[in-house]
Amino acid sequence: MGEEISTKEAEIPQDTGELTSLLRQEFPDEITDYHSHRGDETVVIKRDSFEPVCRFLREDSRCSFEIMMDLTAVDRLEMNEEPRFEMVYHFKSLTHARRLRLKVRLTEDDCKIASIHHLWKAVDWYERECFDMFGIHFEGHPDLRRILMYDEFEGHPLRKDYPIDKQQPLSQLKEVDERHVYGRHT
Amino acid sequence: MEVLLDIIMIPTVLATIKIAVIILLFVMPLGTVLTLMERKWSAMIQDRVGPNRANIGKFTGHGALHLAADGLKSIFKEDTIPKGADSFLYLIAPFFGLIAGVATFAIIPVAGPIGDFTFQVTDVEPGLLFIFAITSLSVYGAVLAGMSSNSKFALLGGTRASAQMISYEVFMGLALMGIFMVYGTTRVSGIVDGQNEYWFGHLIPMWGVLTQPLGFVLFFTALIAETKRAPFDAPEGESEIVAGYFLEYSGMRWSAFMLAEYVALVGVASLITTLFFGGYHVPWLHLWDSAPQWLVTVLQIIKFSVFTLFFCWFQIQLRWTVPKFRFDQTMALGWKKLLPLSLVNIIVTAFVIIAFS
Amino acid sequence: MTDMNLLQSRIEGDSSGEDFSASVMSIEIGPAHPAMHGIVRFTTHLDGELIVGMDTEIGYLHRGFEKESENSKWIQVIPYTDRLNYVSPLLNNIGYSMAVEKLYGIEAPRRAEFTRVIMGEISRITDHLTCLGAAAMEIGAFTFFLWFIKAREYLWELVEEMTGARLTTNWTRFGGNSTDLPDGFLTELADRLAKLKDVMEECDKLLTRNKIFIDRVKDIGSFSKEDALSYGFTGPLLRACGIPYDVRRADSYSVYDELDFEIPVGSTGDCFDRFLVRMEEIRQSINIIEQAADKIPEGPFMTDERMLHYPDKKDVYGNIEGLIDHFKLVMEGHQPPAGEIYMPIEGGNGEIGFYLVSDGSGDPVRVRLRPPCFNFVAAMPAMTIGHYVADIVPIFGSVNMIGGELDR
Repeated sequence: MGEEISTKEAEIPQDTGELTSLLRQEFPDEITDYHSHRGDETVVIKRDSFEPVCRFLREDSRCSFEIMMDLTAVDRLEMNEEPRFEMVYHFKSLTHARRLRLKVRLTEDDCKIASIHHLWKAVDWYERECFDMFGIHFEGHPDLRRILMYDEFEGHPLRKDYPIDKQQPLSQLKEVDERHVYGRHT
Repeated sequence: MEVLLDIIMIPTVLATIKIAVIILLFVMPLGTVLTLMERKWSAMIQDRVGPNRANIGKFTGHGALHLAADGLKSIFKEDTIPKGADSFLYLIAPFFGLIAGVATFAIIPVAGPIGDFTFQVTDVEPGLLFIFAITSLSVYGAVLAGMSSNSKFALLGGTRASAQMISYEVFMGLALMGIFMVYGTTRVSGIVDGQNEYWFGHLIPMWGVLTQPLGFVLFFTALIAETKRAPFDAPEGESEIVAGYFLEYSGMRWSAFMLAEYVALVGVASLITTLFFGGYHVPWLHLWDSAPQWLVTVLQIIKFSVFTLFFCWFQIQLRWTVPKFRFDQTMALGWKKLLPLSLVNIIVTAFVIIAFS
Repeated sequence: MTDMNLLQSRIEGDSSGEDFSASVMSIEIGPAHPAMHGIVRFTTHLDGELIVGMDTEIGYLHRGFEKESENSKWIQVIPYTDRLNYVSPLLNNIGYSMAVEKLYGIEAPRRAEFTRVIMGEISRITDHLTCLGAAAMEIGAFTFFLWFIKAREYLWELVEEMTGARLTTNWTRFGGNSTDLPDGFLTELADRLAKLKDVMEECDKLLTRNKIFIDRVKDIGSFSKEDALSYGFTGPLLRACGIPYDVRRADSYSVYDELDFEIPVGSTGDCFDRFLVRMEEIRQSINIIEQAADKIPEGPFMTDERMLHYPDKKDVYGNIEGLIDHFKLVMEGHQPPAGEIYMPIEGGNGEIGFYLVSDGSGDPVRVRLRPPCFNFVAAMPAMTIGHYVADIVPIFGSVNMIGGELDR
């Protein structure tokens, strides 16, 4: 996918969107790829600079992305792309009426990324879901537990190498106090 | 034959017979019919059909057979006791409410006396104080059920019920003070006869609702809250604490709670009729001097029943029209609005009585 | 609430039953509980009746929508989307189809778009009717609920007429819809809308100015603008906080830019504001439907582009292109060009976003749904802590959690 549609700087300079230019200007070394396929501005950045870029997106008045719309991952195992995982973040700015897709690529044996739960509160559950479904580890997340699956579930169901018809152990009945750590939200 | 009559006229035997007649012919059938009436009436309000499926062959009785079906089902259902429950208290709790509800009828006259014979089980001197004593017993039903069920929802319901019922007893008593002052007695027959007086010659009967309009509103409100009917049904809180104190009950014991609710509903209606709408007295009937005694009695029973049914209907209509209060709002309404208002009512009544006497 | 350890020890004391001075009681609300639409569990910690802590557990209705979708052909996903938000299934159909159309870079014919607007708004109304009715029922206004359900029935019969099903609609296709408007549909529609307006007026009289109702919902579950944005709120809940964000206007998809409607906003974001916003949105939706029904053009309801729609049977049996197209569509499926898109539409609850990744083959690489109520349920502790346990009911009712969408 990446090669065909991502617009390399030398080839097509126009129509990459203001945000892309702004981000390239602010973080010249961190951006590895960008495109705006079907009008969706997309920027791929390096993992190490992910947290500062997010902070910039949230706090800079030229961006002011108030809403973290969506967070997910793509397993590119069957597309034969390297590295295997791609984190996809969608942001929405109401001030500037713009959307942005931010992507970070992660290798299979080191699928860790900084948590941004302190920037948007919505991220908390999205990261838990992504951990549950893909096994991505979010460093610094306060409570990285499974959310849709139960605790005994083995594996991460949305990975492409997880067979769709795999059987799983049934969960056991447990006492309330074991299941819940009190006081997280107080 | 005369021996039999003598036995019947022994006060205790007579009272027993009256109790049996009132309970078996009046309260229980009305309580049961009200369940059907409520379901049918709510269906009418809500553009539904209501119960119509239980049948014997082609006979459905417009849903009347559901009463029999429900009764049968309750009797044959398993009587479960939750694990960890205090089984003795758990088993006796349902009947407190029912007994208290039925006992209310002991002092309510349904028609005027014929000679020595009264249409009332007993006309005790404390009169209404007896009602307060009895209704405060019904709180034990809710509290014991809630405490003994070993369920947190039931516990919350029981706590709410006890707080609400005990608080509203205060306003119930205070709201009735005016009635005591106006008619000068706590004896029920005295209050009823007092309402048979007239203002302006024979123009307006001195009904409680006219002498004590504020007292009527307050007493009715307090009474509905006391019986935990909507909109004061936070103790049952069907949406947040599921069914409150009787959550864990099944079968006939659960039915006892439901029956107690409907008996209390009839009790509220008949109390209101007795204290504020002239009881059994048919207004202006005394102008007809030559009325035969049997006709007067029949008319009195009809009048009493019509008013009682009207207030039953009114409570049902209320339940299906308004949302319900949150628990703390119920309490705030009681202590912050009803209490001052009933005190004001007492003071104003006192001044008016002194001014006119 | 300051000393966590003290609280923790109190809870432990409570559960062991030794310490009767324990003032915090943990109570499980859900998964099977009358106020939990669908299934979700709240472990609430109560101090008396006051909620001091809450832990939320979801996932009871997880059916692997995304995994199933990624193991299906593109077109086979449409029936799965019916089951996402099961009170407004058409909006999910429309959202998914528009997402795939964006992936293709095509647009459906105008008649199809107008039909989608009409059906989408009908679904939005059913969604709001269900939500408001259920929320009101749970605080005791049972009659209001049944009147709304009656009104919803009028609309679901329309949906049934159009799609053949009330819930499992499976109606849209890539580049159009599976059916055109049935005969006499628009007259019927006008009839039903008139009846709906009557019901709305009646219900308005019954509840909107009822003191008990206002007491129950006013200042309950208030949410600040900042928190709402940070939690990723969209839809009626965000608008109740005072932010006029509506995807129909902000991203102006389909033909919404040709239609005139207002975006109602609240001020404090409490349950009463949410109620009023939803009530007003129903009226606006009726307005939109009426306009769309006036403006609907003649024309095809399905694109005639090759390899998008299944060819007519006469072409399949009559000429070689038709036969080959049909064969390839059935055997290999639709093959959108490689790429990735995110397509937001305004669902009943908020922004429904489909993020699709295609590698150019007939199998989706990634089908991701952004469920609007996911964020609402995540914010439940923040909304409820400090309120009474009875307030969970209006708050959760106004959140309008839809299990199918939340857990996917």
